[in-house]
Amino acid sequence: MARFNFVVNGAQHAFDGDGNTSLLEVLRDTLKLKGSRFGCGANQCGACFVLIDGAVVASCDTPLWAVDNKSVTTVEGLGRPDSPHPLQAAFLAEQAAQCGYCSSGMLIAAAGLLARCPTPTEAEVRAALERNLCRCGSHNRVIRAVLRASGQAR
Amino acid sequence: MSTVLPAGPGSLQSNPRLDQWLHFSGDGFVDVLSGKVEIGQGILSALAQIVADELDLPIDRLRMMAANTELSPNEGVTSGSLSIQDSGSALRHACALARAHYLEAAALRLGVPATTLRIDSGNIIAEDGRQTSYWSLVEAGLADLAVTGSYPVKSAADYRWVGRSVPRTDLPERIFGQPCFIHDLELPKMVHGRILRPPSPSATLSSIDVEEARASAGVIKVVRDGSLVGVLADSARNADSAVVKLARHAHWHETESLPDENTLASWLKSQSADSRVVEVKSIADGSSAPEVDRTVRANYSRPFIAHASIAPSCALGRIDGDRLEIWSHSQGIFNLRKDLALALAMEERQIVVRHVAGAGCYGHNGADDVAFDAAWLARAAAGRPVRVQWSRADELAWAPLGPAMAIALEADLDDTGAVVGWRHEVWSNGHSTRPGRAATPALLGSWHQAQAFVPLLAVNVPAAAGGGAERNAIPLYAFPSWQVNNHRVLAMPLRTSALRSLGACANVFAIESFIDELAHATGADPIEFRLRYLHDRRGRAVLDRVVEMSGWRAWHGREGVGHGLGFARYKNSGAYCAVVAEIEVEREVRVSRLVISADVGLVINPDGVANQLEGGAIQATSWTLKEAVRFDRKRVTSDNWESYPILRFSEIPAVLIDLVPSTEASVGAGEASLGPTAAAIANALFDALGVRMRDLPLTAERIAALLLAAN
Repeated sequence: MARFNFVVNGAQHAFDGDGNTSLLEVLRDTLKLKGSRFGCGANQCGACFVLIDGAVVASCDTPLWAVDNKSVTTVEGLGRPDSPHPLQAAFLAEQAAQCGYCSSGMLIAAAGLLARCPTPTEAEVRAALERNLCRCGSHNRVIRAVLRASGQAR
Repeated sequence: MSTVLPAGPGSLQSNPRLDQWLHFSGDGFVDVLSGKVEIGQGILSALAQIVADELDLPIDRLRMMAANTELSPNEGVTSGSLSIQDSGSALRHACALARAHYLEAAALRLGVPATTLRIDSGNIIAEDGRQTSYWSLVEAGLADLAVTGSYPVKSAADYRWVGRSVPRTDLPERIFGQPCFIHDLELPKMVHGRILRPPSPSATLSSIDVEEARASAGVIKVVRDGSLVGVLADSARNADSAVVKLARHAHWHETESLPDENTLASWLKSQSADSRVVEVKSIADGSSAPEVDRTVRANYSRPFIAHASIAPSCALGRIDGDRLEIWSHSQGIFNLRKDLALALAMEERQIVVRHVAGAGCYGHNGADDVAFDAAWLARAAAGRPVRVQWSRADELAWAPLGPAMAIALEADLDDTGAVVGWRHEVWSNGHSTRPGRAATPALLGSWHQAQAFVPLLAVNVPAAAGGGAERNAIPLYAFPSWQVNNHRVLAMPLRTSALRSLGACANVFAIESFIDELAHATGADPIEFRLRYLHDRRGRAVLDRVVEMSGWRAWHGREGVGHGLGFARYKNSGAYCAVVAEIEVEREVRVSRLVISADVGLVINPDGVANQLEGGAIQATSWTLKEAVRFDRKRVTSDNWESYPILRFSEIPAVLIDLVPSTEASVGAGEASLGPTAAAIANALFDALGVRMRDLPLTAERIAALLLAAN
């Protein structure tokens, strides 16, 4: 057993336990932040993406020891209904979802993109979302939403 | 202005009481109970628009209740693009009755004729300004009223909500990452359950040593019944870890029960089958038998396809005394309850199934199976609720699959190139093993118990419901004669059931490819060739519009770039849809644009319909270009996203959607675009390369092989 200290959405947390526990399990089951979704458990679908010190990472196969002394942002940390992140406002404006299960991971991937590239091209948006799977076929709406959030309506 | 509709839909006949549909709460809201469930398609938002109009209420006064077997009307399964037809129509009638009933009650209270009253935001207002409201009249009572369909409903001219792109009410919680999926549901004292699934469809458990798993951290119990083995643990991680240990000590008897994945079409055709004539159209009386100049033949196929939802199936179960509660993302909660009762030897009245949203659902997936898993494990959990979530591998390998299909088409042509005879044969497993329809349960785990129920053989839903494998096999073109046969393959080495559009996607792919082949063979323009035989006004309209919108006539093709068209009316009775695909081929096919024109009758929510049509077209693009369930002679091997790839962002075509304005009866949109999209892509590939691909998916390897053979 060891203690791991990390920040989640601006709040400091300490976790005593097995460092091989996945970050996703700690977020969902311990911190009750259900916004990061389980899809595959193998970093193949993007549903569980979070930002770790600004980098887009799959939380399902990230062990807790890897986030020690780091800062994690989940979809809940992007914004809230009364103070939405521009991406969340844009996703709602474009109705950029069907089932919405993949939305959290896409919002995180897009937030990571806009942080390093504030006015991406459509090709750059597609490339940034390439690791995110969507089965409902909402991709074009998501692309429009990300471009809208970046101030470039397509 | 008002319209009296004919007698209500089937949903009303089996659920006639008004209080099965609407509850007027004292707090200024109306609770709306539909038996249809939200599966990612936005149906509850669309139904709310219908209710808001009929009751003269703002949409934010409505609470769309998630269905449960205690309170909700039994509307069967949320499938077949029928929810707007069934539930929308039933709610329309229910609201019309409620509105009339409250107008009469208000007239009595205010002492004026009902015809002088108007309703605004639920307030019922007399000409002199005095008013009451739905909620002040709650005691007027709705329970005993029977909905007959004889009260006038609003006419289209009076719609305020219907026809508008009202934002989905359930999207904000998803966009803000709030708990809203069944996966997010936690109950007090909840434990985590997992099932050790066999390694292959025919495997049986010879022996297992459960000691290592039992001693594993956090494990509460290991349960075994025949080949069904499960574990209860205090956390998801500990449950997962225990299943790995169970697998390590399990010895399975496996057989080579699967066919060769490379020769599926010939395998399907060689099996014993339940063969039926779907339809024969004979030459009109008095006409002489046509002179057949030549007969053109072609064979098409598609492989097994996975649902491949982004979330694994999940359920919660709790047993309290003799009562079982289930939380499930099933498409048919009443049918699930029936099969749970069969499988667990319980009475249906002892079981409550509550619907909780899952991720996107495209047919009969693992939702019902995992509900059985949770119920079975709950029996061992001493009253504690059990949450079971499948692994990605189990989801891709064990959920029912969309059946592989082989299709043979023949057309007799006379010496002018006119089609004078048409034959269509389908070979496929049945397209439904849905729960609730057989004498034994359709639940996976129940087939692995010691006293096992026999795995159900897939059947086809009746022609009146659109058929299964034969869905859309009857041509929409006015050929003088035809025969359509369906061979339901009786061997079922891989479990099949309903996947979005059932047989329609492959049948439309085949028919619309063949039509292009016939046009090519007779030197005709593919659009003109279709219009020669397509006499349905609405069908011609979507074809004309998609040709116009895509700039078909001004197209300049070149080597490696092509366009193609596909058309169908879903189920021959639902939405009309025509698709033009524009593609580029280098090594792989890349779809650059899809132009879609559709007529879904009266549109409830244009943005919702566009979202469904586009989603269907993109899913069909993925099926057409990439997807096939992979297996060796024993096991399904495509059990992750690398071995079962789906379309990614870099491969997504631009999509342009056109909705035909219509006041015809509303029909569903979710399945209409799949077949036309698949056909349009295959036809575009022929346009680009001059080779005809008749077997799905259209992979780079297959294109290369065809080109090699052609040269």
